[in-house]
Amino acid sequence: MTERSATILPLELENVRWQVSAQAPFRLDGLSLQLALGSRTVLLGPNGAGKTLTLRVAHGLLEPTEGTVRWKGPGGPAAALQQAMVFQRPVLLRRSVTANLSYALALRGISAEARQTRLAHALEGAGLTHLAARSARTLSVGQQQRVALARAWALEPQVLFLDEPTASLDPGAAQAVESTIQSIASGGTKIVMTTHDLGQARRLADDIVFLQAGRVTEHTPAAEFFESPRSAEARAFLKGDLFW
Amino acid sequence: MAELSEAFATALRLLVTLDRDLVEIALLSLRVSLLAVLLAAGVGLPLGAALASTRFPGRNALTTVLNALMGLPPVVVGLAIYLLLSRSGPLGELNLLFTPTAMVVAQFVLITPIVAALSRDTFESLWDEYGDQLRSLGASRPRALTTLVFEGRAALSVAILAGLGRAIAEVGAVQIVGGNIAHSTRVMTTAIALETSRGDLPLALGLGILLVALSIFLNGAAYGMRQWLEPTHD
Repeated sequence: MTERSATILPLELENVRWQVSAQAPFRLDGLSLQLALGSRTVLLGPNGAGKTLTLRVAHGLLEPTEGTVRWKGPGGPAAALQQAMVFQRPVLLRRSVTANLSYALALRGISAEARQTRLAHALEGAGLTHLAARSARTLSVGQQQRVALARAWALEPQVLFLDEPTASLDPGAAQAVESTIQSIASGGTKIVMTTHDLGQARRLADDIVFLQAGRVTEHTPAAEFFESPRSAEARAFLKGDLFW
Repeated sequence: MAELSEAFATALRLLVTLDRDLVEIALLSLRVSLLAVLLAAGVGLPLGAALASTRFPGRNALTTVLNALMGLPPVVVGLAIYLLLSRSGPLGELNLLFTPTAMVVAQFVLITPIVAALSRDTFESLWDEYGDQLRSLGASRPRALTTLVFEGRAALSVAILAGLGRAIAEVGAVQIVGGNIAHSTRVMTTAIALETSRGDLPLALGLGILLVALSIFLNGAAYGMRQWLEPTHD
């Protein structure tokens, strides 16, 4: 991995509240969270707990209605250029796989020669070199998701947000995506992802953030979370009980 | 009946031999409508993009008005442009009434809402799909919209061809502001109306056949363009 700019982490969300409009209920309701360098963080919680919203607020796609989102590291002011996000459904442009990566790199102001090395590295890492010239939109959903991952990888972000990256994939494709995520993490990128798949959370997470009704009920190391969750909500969730 | 088939035969002969009047009229039709659609695209596409990607007070009202304007009656547009351009009107000094320029203006007013409303729909669904991803990658708004034009090029071409189809087939507005003057402002639709009422069926029929063929060709082109630009649908 090439030399890195000053770190943007830790990320602090403080008392974040979010509502879609003035009359609507708060879907994030007093959420506070610290994300530190190094670990792979997985957000868990039932449907509607606010996992995706939390990612979108942290990534800057949504402005919190109240509260603050701060990148507290020395690189904080340039945080936008040091992050990437992969969505549940891959969004690729109608052009070749290579051109999709190249487009993203050009937006970050990467020179044409540097683009070539970076995208070749990311495509190889994601096992996509043989598909480089293919039209991105004609690939299978699993392949498209790996292209989206490779695109994020090529940006060499300090933080990568992933919103249920394997939710619409079959087991084989999900496994390929997981191993690509592992490779990206081992390059030093902070992973922040949501998932519904507890097995995946066990395999990938260093620490777990458990959300319930728009706030964090606990943030604990993964081993501890799966062994003895602290909050009643998390215990119920792990047992598969419906929590109302 | 014999009269009809004779007229039909003459019409075909006019077409095959590229009769001078017929060609002149058809070319003027194309020139006026292509220019109008070019201008309408220049205004309608950015307008559609802006309406789809920005939030401002009155946006819904403006969208509703735009959709309603898609159905503007051509004769009313013709009347309004006529009043503007007539000698005593506010733009009378330009001396544009009964010129091809006036016809371009009238068609431009008619089809800009069509291009804008159809492209707004297209941009809106593109923005829903790509907006977050493009913002996440760090694309500025102008850059994102340029990308969306490229991504939506098939659907946007269809919006433009719909405008062209309406412009070239329209009769009321160009009749009023153009005046259907021979060798000057006579286009296919106004010529058909005139020749039919005068009883010169062969020329009317020949132009009619040409106009229908052109419409079929434009629709075929729209379909073909879509197939060519978007070979797969996911």
